[in-house]
Amino acid sequence: MNYQLNHLRELESESIFVLREVAAQFENPVLMFSGGKDSILMVHLAQKAFYPARIPFPLLHVDTGHNFPETIAYRDALVERLGLRLIIASVQEAIDKGMVTEEKGYNASRNGLQTTTLLEALEKGKFDAALGGARRDEEKARAKERFFSHRDEFGQWDPKNQRPELWNLFNGRKHYGEHFRVFPISNWTELDVWQYLAMENVELPSLYFAHKRNVFERDGILLADCEYIQKKPTEEVKEMMVRCRTIGDMTCTGVWLSQASTIEEIIEEVATSRMTERGGRADDKRSETSMEDRKKTGYF
Amino acid sequence: MDFQSSELLRFTTAGSVDDGKSTLIGRILYDSKSIYQDQMEAIEASSLRRGETEVNLALLTDGLRSEREQGITIDVAYRYFSTPKRKFIIADTPGHIQYTRNMVTGASTANVALILVDARNGVVEQTRRHAIIASLLQIPHLVICINKMDLVDYDEERYEQIKSSFERFAAKLDVKDVHFIPISALRGDNVVNRSAETSWYEGPTLMYYLENVHIASDHNFIDTRFPVQYVIRPNTDQFHDYRGYAGRVAGGILKKGDKVTVLPSGFSSTIAKIDTIDGALNEAFPPQSVTILLEDDIDISRGDMIVRENNQPIIGQDLEVMVCWFNEKPLQSRGKYTILHTTKSARCMIKEIRYRLDINTLHRDLENMEIKMNDIGRIVIRTTKPLFYDAYRKNRITGSVIFVDEGTNETVGAGMII
Repeated sequence: MNYQLNHLRELESESIFVLREVAAQFENPVLMFSGGKDSILMVHLAQKAFYPARIPFPLLHVDTGHNFPETIAYRDALVERLGLRLIIASVQEAIDKGMVTEEKGYNASRNGLQTTTLLEALEKGKFDAALGGARRDEEKARAKERFFSHRDEFGQWDPKNQRPELWNLFNGRKHYGEHFRVFPISNWTELDVWQYLAMENVELPSLYFAHKRNVFERDGILLADCEYIQKKPTEEVKEMMVRCRTIGDMTCTGVWLSQASTIEEIIEEVATSRMTERGGRADDKRSETSMEDRKKTGYF
Repeated sequence: MDFQSSELLRFTTAGSVDDGKSTLIGRILYDSKSIYQDQMEAIEASSLRRGETEVNLALLTDGLRSEREQGITIDVAYRYFSTPKRKFIIADTPGHIQYTRNMVTGASTANVALILVDARNGVVEQTRRHAIIASLLQIPHLVICINKMDLVDYDEERYEQIKSSFERFAAKLDVKDVHFIPISALRGDNVVNRSAETSWYEGPTLMYYLENVHIASDHNFIDTRFPVQYVIRPNTDQFHDYRGYAGRVAGGILKKGDKVTVLPSGFSSTIAKIDTIDGALNEAFPPQSVTILLEDDIDISRGDMIVRENNQPIIGQDLEVMVCWFNEKPLQSRGKYTILHTTKSARCMIKEIRYRLDINTLHRDLENMEIKMNDIGRIVIRTTKPLFYDAYRKNRITGSVIFVDEGTNETVGAGMII
């Protein structure tokens, strides 16, 4: 017998350990679910961590109202199949109540507005830990994120004052009103996620596979043509074979030219890609430190 | 698929900007084709904006705005790359003296430590400090990269001088496996590709070493330790009486049918099943996360430990610990802290400070014993309840603790049990 785990099984084991720590250390955790592959992976790992019991926390979807319809269909089927509780926090409601103001213009996006909605949902549900599918390889500010990330009573992240994390000892102690963001798949890369989802035969939303879609180009990024984005007169819509590498709000998720129609073809494409997956995210391109700035105020 | 056979290796790099650490990481990522086009374009643009003439590979690793402003690395940053043989996680830690705590953090989970030495300067205080930390943290493999060989004309004699100077010093340390590699991170000599300039060097390139170093025995496979993390009780009709003890194997190998003892109660039972969602396993080993079911109905909760009857950890409340301090408020002698150990927590009192270790010389300072931020010292503690522990040398999981401030809840120190 060879007592050596391959890298995917080792990452799986680490993530399961972190998920169980959350269930043990916190009273009222919640899993932030966006419908993207990383949050699908999180649900898959959570099933493993608590089998044969049900996942002991609800899912929270921060709904911008600008979703790809495929995302919502997948989400609802998953919740139904696993018998989970789903909480929807609506950005539209926050706009209607006047808590946030919608951006205007060509690059208007509700991405930044999610923070207020998220923090309100966490407060309302009295959640003391919010599990997220962020990975350190995604973005440079995330490269320094902890597994257990402490947030003050305003939900803020202070990168200079994070708790050191050693061995597998996770300190989730906090004062009343504070909460933690926990990132069990911190050490996974995009390629790891795909390889693992293939190995485990996990069903995925159709958006990840190449399909025909009406798209147009803006600042070097292909965006899906939809009612939520105001097009400039010069922007020309064309039908192309594309797929999503990340799934977020339709207004800021770029799609990629691709012929990859199976998970094996996606792995091949990711392994040879010369662009990072967030290279298509308009929300990261606003400034050199836009992720760091959003994280400080309480973004995912 | 072949990716299923690749192992995970974690390594830490310590050194300052002057040693060429960022250049080395940039070189590893660049030569292994792990830098993406948009990342490259982003750092090209940043370099230009900062008025630099060449692309500054260090910008790949310096992520936060405050770091970019100050041109230093504040915190541990994690980098990922893979080759067909292995997946790698780099814990990139800053080397300045005030960041000992980051080095300790990065070192705590590493299989390999890379220490950079500038070939012109040889072994300096910082080299010694990094080696001492690697030794204290029991990183299984140490690689001394003698860098900037191009600036000493790839001189074999210079390389040998540095090597023997380090070996003389390392004799005082507790390191099991040391390798030396002459490199030039800037020119790429012996990093990924073999150098034509060092024909006298017959060892592996750095990448070959990282891909092939034997890490399968870095875990303890002898002494069975299973700290119970969480109790799984589905309370459904189908699994009415199911009571599973979830956790990650910290040491040894657990098999179905093994006679085990549960601490602290001391009750004995037999492993009925090792459960996972993908079916039962015949055995479990570190670092697997599994669920253990026992034949007998015993009261077990988080913080308990499942062990073999004839191979038990030390059970005690008085511990000698090497502590590394992380907080601006110094370690309080006679102070009380919360202590986290495996899946257990307790309170403890600092009974005595034995000495402060000078991490540049290994000198035991008995005069100036205050343990401040980034200091390392040997202390004696007493816990409110018994811990089930091993010496850190024997098991990095059951031999490590962290200290938590009871007022602020911050992690203020890390300890290795002696």
